Amino acid sequence: MGVGIEVINLNAWYGTNHTLQDINLHIPANHATALIGPSGCGKSTFVRCLNRMHETNPIAKVTGTVRIGDLDIYNDAKPVEIRRRVGMVFQRPNPFPTMSIYDNVASGLKLNGYTNRRVLDEIVERSLINSALWDEVKDDLKKKSGASLSGGQQQRLCIARALAVDPEVLLMDEPASALDPISTAKIEDLIFQLKSQYTIVIVTHNMQQAARVAEKTGFFLNGRMVEFDSTHKIFTNPSDKRTEDYITGRFG
Amino acid sequence: MKLETYKFRSRMRALTDGAVTAMAILATVLVVAPLVAIFGYLVFKGASSLNLAFFTHVPKPPGETGGGMANAILGSGILLAVASSIGVPIGIGGGIYLAEFGRGTKLANAVRFTADVLNGVPSIVMGLAIYSLVVVPQKHFSAFSGGVALGIMMIPTVCRTTEEMLLMVPHAVREAALGLGVPNWRSVLSITVKTASPGIITGCMLAFARVAGETAPLIFTALGNQYWSSSLNQPIAALPLQIYVYAISPYDDWHRLAWAGALVLIVLIVLAVSLVRYVTSRGVLKGAS
Repeated sequence: MGVGIEVINLNAWYGTNHTLQDINLHIPANHATALIGPSGCGKSTFVRCLNRMHETNPIAKVTGTVRIGDLDIYNDAKPVEIRRRVGMVFQRPNPFPTMSIYDNVASGLKLNGYTNRRVLDEIVERSLINSALWDEVKDDLKKKSGASLSGGQQQRLCIARALAVDPEVLLMDEPASALDPISTAKIEDLIFQLKSQYTIVIVTHNMQQAARVAEKTGFFLNGRMVEFDSTHKIFTNPSDKRTEDYITGRFG
Repeated sequence: MKLETYKFRSRMRALTDGAVTAMAILATVLVVAPLVAIFGYLVFKGASSLNLAFFTHVPKPPGETGGGMANAILGSGILLAVASSIGVPIGIGGGIYLAEFGRGTKLANAVRFTADVLNGVPSIVMGLAIYSLVVVPQKHFSAFSGGVALGIMMIPTVCRTTEEMLLMVPHAVREAALGLGVPNWRSVLSITVKTASPGIITGCMLAFARVAGETAPLIFTALGNQYWSSSLNQPIAALPLQIYVYAISPYDDWHRLAWAGALVLIVLIVLAVSLVRYVTSRGVLKGAS
């Protein structure tokens, strides 16, 4: 089951560049939350702070509190433990090119020392079913490389890989921006189904996409969160002038 | 644009295209030609002296006909096994450090610089160094010291190609592993190195083929041997050494054996490299890049 995320006074830097400033918000459990805003507004940095990927860059710095469920991720646990509970899907599909489809999905478990074959088989099948890829790949699981799939299939493979470690939260950083419309529609359907089991945070440039998949939407601008509200409210009656300008296409 | 101008430019483009293609083909021929020429000449001079005895007998004393290089073939094999077991792990380990753990540190820069300098050390100097560091303290020439000399010569090539190949692995692949909660060391070994392994293996093969033909570092270390020996503690024969000794000898019979030895050396290197390629390419999946 998904858990809620509480963000308190989050600040982040790249070198001297203050990319996130005083972010406070509550992301509800088992819902999809969309983050929108122009390029460079900090929304990608924000999701990368939720699984401590931001700090993998040597010049990056973070202050503030992020609570995932009951866990204060910057004080109570190591980054690797957080990342097992908070899965991530990246902008460009990035399957492991030397691994089979099966091994890609099982990689998170295998690389953490999990070896029980029967359980792995089950988890791989369930994850691929959940990511709506099973029917397309079930005959080639161990024969084909993850890199041999089409872009849309690769992205669903990456989702399956993230689901296999059984996270509570799924972060998606523009998961469909490199995909064609049909693959995009499949990913969106998937998000719709997955949010019953996971808390989903999705960064997107595509405002229709945000409107289609998310109950809540946050609007980021220049490293600050301008507005956070129900998606319906953001797109029909935003309280901030800047949100309205962005939504109506006056900039960004 | 006028039609005339258009036609003229189009013709010029076709001409340029043809010229560049021709130059590329010429360059390819020039690259391949020396290899084909050398190999052809070796076959021409050496193949006639090849017989079963060459692979099964040890050298005969001067004046007697016949004899072979069986001990030198075995000796080269032993020397290269020792060399690879030193050069490959140290080289790959150093390359992993340079690309993954030490990036941007002073130590890494020093290691990289040292590797490049080591690569430029003349092989005869390497032989002398190992002579004073291994042979003199042990008080005798040995297969071991020859293997050490060759092994150290492999390190810089293996190290730098490993580094280059690891740096070519896309950042996205590393992030994917980290995003799954995989510890960094595990992600480096199981994901990054594995993804780069075809290139790393090529680097090892390059280093292997290069030292397989080295003579100078063996003169003061392995020394050479006219008799059977497979001991690491005894002087040992090696194909390049044997070729050298036979080629500068005054006997026609030995000259012919030297040509045959050179042919065998090249063929064995090609076989060894092909074998490693074949073994490591099995299990590569459909569509893997």
